[in-house]
Amino acid sequence: MSVTSQVPDARNDQAPAPALRGPVARPGSRLLHRMVWLRLSLLLSAPLAWMLLVYVVALAALLITSLWSVDSLSSEIDRSWTLDNFRTLAENEVYRNVALRTVGVAVAVTVIDVAIALPIAFYMAKVATPRARRMLVVAVLTPLWASYLVKVFSWRVVLSEGGLAEWTGLGSPGYGLTAVVITQAYIWLPYVILPIFAALERVPDSLLEAAGDLGAPTGMVLRSIVMPLLVPGIVAGAIFSFSLTMGDYITVNIVGGANQMLGNLIFINAGAANNLPLAAAIAMIPIAVMVVLLTAIRRTGALENM
Amino acid sequence: MTLSPLSRKVLAGLTFGVLALIYLPLLVVVANSVNPSQSMTWPPRGVTFDWWERAAHSSGVREALVTSLQVAAIATLFALVLGTLLALALQRYSFFGKSSVNLLVILPIALPGVVTGIALNNGFKGILGVDLSIWTIVIAHATFCIVTVFNNVQARLRRLGTSLEEASSDLGAGVLTTFRLVTLPQLRSALLAGGMLAFALSFDEIIVTTFTAGNGANTLPIWILNNMFRPNQAPVVNVVAVVLIVFSILPVWLAQRLSSDVEAAR
Repeated sequence: MSVTSQVPDARNDQAPAPALRGPVARPGSRLLHRMVWLRLSLLLSAPLAWMLLVYVVALAALLITSLWSVDSLSSEIDRSWTLDNFRTLAENEVYRNVALRTVGVAVAVTVIDVAIALPIAFYMAKVATPRARRMLVVAVLTPLWASYLVKVFSWRVVLSEGGLAEWTGLGSPGYGLTAVVITQAYIWLPYVILPIFAALERVPDSLLEAAGDLGAPTGMVLRSIVMPLLVPGIVAGAIFSFSLTMGDYITVNIVGGANQMLGNLIFINAGAANNLPLAAAIAMIPIAVMVVLLTAIRRTGALENM
Repeated sequence: MTLSPLSRKVLAGLTFGVLALIYLPLLVVVANSVNPSQSMTWPPRGVTFDWWERAAHSSGVREALVTSLQVAAIATLFALVLGTLLALALQRYSFFGKSSVNLLVILPIALPGVVTGIALNNGFKGILGVDLSIWTIVIAHATFCIVTVFNNVQARLRRLGTSLEEASSDLGAGVLTTFRLVTLPQLRSALLAGGMLAFALSFDEIIVTTFTAGNGANTLPIWILNNMFRPNQAPVVNVVAVVLIVFSILPVWLAQRLSSDVEAAR
């Protein structure tokens, strides 16, 4: 589709209209034309209502539910205010350990991904020929959309007894936290490469050449010119991998052995254990972590690059 | 800045090495779908299509596939309408709270998946008292699919500028006529690309789905999850995994083609 092919069509259809109707379009249309706020509210009302009713209300309700409790006899939700759930979280060692483990895995995955993504994004954006660059972008993008579950499953197969990892002689770490970190780092890597690549593409080559001509060694150019310009891209990529890892409990089910992450506790309490209020309270942990992170990061302007 | 030939080579080697590693596990899954060994030992000894036949005759797989297609199609439809409206509002107007609305759209994918999942689960079950069903999955999926349509349409609107729309309105076309005959045709491929990405996103989503799926409403990923740990089903899971790879990569590949065609035409 191109602009040139569309415009004449539109004009042909429209040609008699101005002559016939002149400035006197239908009243509804005239009203819409004059009233900017009316147009805007017609556009915004449906999607905004959806997002507010479905999502914002659900998030608010989650906070409220976390302050309720479950009657131990009738297993009905008791809608009176209590901080019991949060007391349980603070006092019970299990929750603290699982929360620390979850954040630890998320940090490890994020650090590994950024470390791998930086040189790859640099090669894609600044070293590869334009033709190779286009192919590389597609090559990075494609597995990003391949089913998440399949990717986890494929690592379960690779790391299994008698699987590819053992066959290569490297040996398999077996199912456990190491396998979780490997799998998660694998899955979220494209989400980290792409924003860093986008940030690098915006760095003009002339800037790097000028720095080189003025005598800066390569390491210095990378450190004092490229890196500062990359911060928003790195931050955006890091948010993705951190948040996605924190919110994942399927991977740990599949390759994590007996380990649990916060998501497992939330899922068990929402389902089998039938304690929605406690599940809601546990969910406040990742929410709090993300809110702190996002507010801290909003100042860097990285959120506009998502 | 000049890179030595050696560091260029190291960078290239690293890039292609990691890319190969990215594709390797997926290729292993594809290869294992014809691996005669039920426990999928590597390397495969021979080729068999028994698992494919079993998968084709499995009613569980078929029902899950139909459910997944239905959910993805309806959720994509919702996302297309809502995402386009939002993109038009945010790209063509400025108003109070615009950046908050922007943040609100990316929130469902920026927040951890379990949060979105438990929030909707609690909203449906605990607050509204609705039973989970295929419709609760659709609502959940549409909510996080809006952003892909929104991103595609907004990017297109930004590149188009407003001059054609202004010209149309100066020539006397009403607001709706301008949208129908000038704006919409120019958005067509962006809508198609955004819609296909939304479809792919919905088709293999698992985390939010586990929180919003009712009994009997099994999507394909949920079917995989339920059967993965059964040793006698593992090879069939493998076949379904290959099907999922094809279904999620094909739309993206088409979406890519679409947007690159547009680039080429410009």
